Amino acid sequence: MTYAAGVDVGSTQTKAVVIDEGGEILGRSLIGTGADVVAAAEEAYGLALGEGGVAADDVGFVIGTGYGRYKVEFGDAQVTEIVCHARGAARMFPDTRTVLDMGGQDTKAIRVQQGGEVLDFCMNDKCAAGTGRFLQSAAAALELGLDQLGPTALRGQRPVDMTTTCTVFAESEVLSWLARGRKVEDILAGVHRSIASRSFGLLKRVGVEDEVTFTGGVTRNEAMVAVLEEVLGTRLNVSGDSHYVGALGAALFALERAQGRPAPVTPGGGAA
Amino acid sequence: MSVAAGVDVGSTHTKAVVLVDGELAGKGMVRTGFRLTGAAARALEEACRAAGATPEAVDYLTTTGYGRSRVAERDLQVTDLTAQAWGTRRYFPGTMTVLDVGGQTMKALRLDGPGRVVSFRLNDKCAAGTGAFLEKTARYLGHPVEEIGGLVEGAESGVPISGVCAVFAESEVINHVSQGRKAPEILRGAMESLIEKSVRLMKRVGMEPEFTLAGGIMRFPTMVELMRENLAEGVNVPPEDMVQFSGALGAAVLSARRLEQGARGGVRAEARSA
Repeated sequence: MTYAAGVDVGSTQTKAVVIDEGGEILGRSLIGTGADVVAAAEEAYGLALGEGGVAADDVGFVIGTGYGRYKVEFGDAQVTEIVCHARGAARMFPDTRTVLDMGGQDTKAIRVQQGGEVLDFCMNDKCAAGTGRFLQSAAAALELGLDQLGPTALRGQRPVDMTTTCTVFAESEVLSWLARGRKVEDILAGVHRSIASRSFGLLKRVGVEDEVTFTGGVTRNEAMVAVLEEVLGTRLNVSGDSHYVGALGAALFALERAQGRPAPVTPGGGAA
Repeated sequence: MSVAAGVDVGSTHTKAVVLVDGELAGKGMVRTGFRLTGAAARALEEACRAAGATPEAVDYLTTTGYGRSRVAERDLQVTDLTAQAWGTRRYFPGTMTVLDVGGQTMKALRLDGPGRVVSFRLNDKCAAGTGAFLEKTARYLGHPVEEIGGLVEGAESGVPISGVCAVFAESEVINHVSQGRKAPEILRGAMESLIEKSVRLMKRVGMEPEFTLAGGIMRFPTMVELMRENLAEGVNVPPEDMVQFSGALGAAVLSARRLEQGARGGVRAEARSA
């Protein structure tokens, strides 16, 4: 039996997935990345092995992805997160043509073809606007936990019109709306709307085509899913494993390598 | 005796200046917070106390800054641009270009001979070009804002900081620290990145000497020093902490002019009697 694994070291969270020969997920884990990136990758991998009941020696190939992919010291290779998200999304939802990945510090729009090959992509390389960080700032300003954001925002009836896109200024704008007497749920509804419209801008640059698969940590936020669906005018593919799409993609590439197939090519960046 | 006042309700600090018979008599500064009206009242009170007057004795009040319209007792409100033009010209009549870097904005102004604003550019969309960038960098290093000035003077050179995003700067700062770079060098690097952004903004208004610097960030001598290195000639800085008050000063100068022209503090008097 050949197993394979993918470890997705994100700016905020590290995800690991262990799959079997058929590409089915056996074990998964999710931990905060923290300052010691090497340790986070090791810990996440160990936890995923544990959940899957798989011994490290039985894993034929491990691929690291995400911004900290070169810190996956036990990994056999690295692949950029763009191709991993595309691949993982196509595995979970085979008719995926567009992927929106929203993580802690970046948001990416990816256009893919059948099978998950990347045709085009675009990301917020300049700043943290429109990423999970914006939500984090709002949560900090309102002293709420990240998991309270979605449910609270869903109750908002009259979303405020956020004027800032800068994540640093978001905190003071949220406080100024509070000072003006607006309800927390309306402020949060406005915050979600602002991120959704920024994501839409990113998606338009690669061209939005159905089906759209939403990946990354923010997929757990139901208000973001709802407002994105409203703004895009289409349903989003989301599952309980959407947070692991990047790690799954890495694991699928690892499986191919374990089975002797060649490495994927990263668009614009040569061999990954 | 005529008492002319100016209040600059900025994003971070609210500043007030009182002129008695046209001469600078008092100033006051408080954190703006989220009760803009209260902040304006407190800053004005502080300035009046320093001038040996009371807020009731103010004959004319001009407000400026982002919260200018929230001060009900104003007689006149002017934009930050107008206020900075008047405030900087009061100290340096040869001013042709003004750079004002505050907590959440960066502005470049080009004046004409008589001191009218003929061109301006501003950045209030992104924290990377404002005082918030320095504040964040300091905080990532574990230092409060008050320590920035002292720390950075110990640096001989700066660590290059990309200055693209104040949020992304965090990982950059962490990287530098883990490579053994010290807080002063990193802060100086952040200042260099702000200077680069400032000069770019000033070029877009067609900068020409003399240059006058204003805003809270210019209270750090290193910022001024770096700006002088970049602009070579004709860089003015209002004396002592007046660099933070030039908007409020400009507003007060406009109040004094109105009084000279025979204006009466109408709005404020009405607000008082209402």
